[in-house]
Amino acid sequence: MPDLKRTPLYALHAELGAKMTPFAGYDMPVQYPMGVLKEHQHCRGQAGMFDVSHMGQVLIVPRSGDVADAARSLETLVPVNVLGLHEGRQRYGFFTNDAGGIEDDLMIANRGDHLFVVVNAACKQADIARMRAALSDSCEVIEVTDRALIALQGPSAEAAMLPIVYDVTGMGFMDVMTAPSDFGPLWISRSGYTGEDGFEISVKADRAEDLARALLSDSSVAPIGLGARDSLRLEAGLCLYGSDLGPDTTPVEADLTWAIQKVRRLGGDREGGFPGHEVILRQMSEGAPRKRVGLLPEGRAPMRAGTAIYADETAENPIGTVTSGAYGPWIEAPMSMGYLAAGHTDPGTTVFGDVRGKRLPATVTAMPFRPAQFKR
Amino acid sequence: MKYTEEHEWLRPEDDVIVVGITEHAATQLGDLVFVELPEAGITVSKDDEIVVIESVKAASDILAPIDGEIVEVNEVLVENPALVNDDPLGEAWFFKIKPSDPSQMDDLMDEAAYNKYIG
Repeated sequence: MPDLKRTPLYALHAELGAKMTPFAGYDMPVQYPMGVLKEHQHCRGQAGMFDVSHMGQVLIVPRSGDVADAARSLETLVPVNVLGLHEGRQRYGFFTNDAGGIEDDLMIANRGDHLFVVVNAACKQADIARMRAALSDSCEVIEVTDRALIALQGPSAEAAMLPIVYDVTGMGFMDVMTAPSDFGPLWISRSGYTGEDGFEISVKADRAEDLARALLSDSSVAPIGLGARDSLRLEAGLCLYGSDLGPDTTPVEADLTWAIQKVRRLGGDREGGFPGHEVILRQMSEGAPRKRVGLLPEGRAPMRAGTAIYADETAENPIGTVTSGAYGPWIEAPMSMGYLAAGHTDPGTTVFGDVRGKRLPATVTAMPFRPAQFKR
Repeated sequence: MKYTEEHEWLRPEDDVIVVGITEHAATQLGDLVFVELPEAGITVSKDDEIVVIESVKAASDILAPIDGEIVEVNEVLVENPALVNDDPLGEAWFFKIKPSDPSQMDDLMDEAAYNKYIG
């Protein structure tokens, strides 16, 4: 694999015995000796540490010095109420395209005099180019290349953070702050992508390994690879861009309209004004042709990504497809998410997935498969 | 004990052959989460796909290593696929096959050859 990039924690992964895999151009740990199932359970039961340094960290700095100008500019790219995001708070969103599809999903934080966004690794160059093209008149768009990003997730995450930054006790879900520490200034958000309470911590690259070792010195914290990260996010009902979301799926189809605040909807003070708003706002009032749903297969056979879904055992044409599917270690059952045609998406509906030529029943269900444990 | 290139082990036991997957295979597959076994009593030919296993990563097949009749399957694995990772060479056998041509065993690798095969 030529020219795979390495995160600042690469040497630590090797020392911890990680099995590495190429992911979005980076050589990343897919699992550690504990193995995917036990890593998943460890994160839900205690705490897990994830290297997410491959993700893009970007500062949007308004030339005026007024963060509202950055917010107003970013609102031309995302259907999110960025202007209403208070200092010290973070919000989920997505970049849309002219067809109403999703170009990437991201986290947006208001850090007082600028915005800080975290985008997916595979999309970061396109995202940065998109932001530079649209925002450069009013803002400087700065890719942060000298910082690592570490996620600490699970019920013991707060206790493991206390020796490093005591003030995290005051943070609620989706709060952000900058805090001094023995590892230099940390940019901390109380968030993550596992459905657990926890933190994402941006740290200077040359201090990242020391911080990671400090976290791992807490006996409740284990390193977790991308394998368990995927099963954790799926159990939490969270989308993986590139699998569950893409340029051909709208936020309405993806059932993400909760992330489009009222002020950006029809009749709102800042209605529309983002790429594809005609399509998205129309679908919000008239409905979309398909919707993302959860599926709980009967029996133990996982219905993986690509599994065709049918309304009954003999129907010729599928009504949808699975986009993510795996065994859920915590719920101890297979779980899938996918898109089904309108009319088949009510929870409780029985549908059939084609698994190795057999039509196996599955029940449409609300997500998450496992309720979130956020600190509100 | 004999081995196939598909990472199965075959252990003669009276007039049947017990079949499982090697520790190397179990490690490479990762944690197993699903096992689908054939029905006891069916007749199979070498290379028939008779068992489906799924790990946290992906699905794969286990092929019949020789011709014969499946005389017994290890139902315990259906409820507890993780046993394959815990004890691949012991408790986690998959099926017992009564060979129709015992000489097919001679074509398979012995332990030294298998260890060389997996390098």
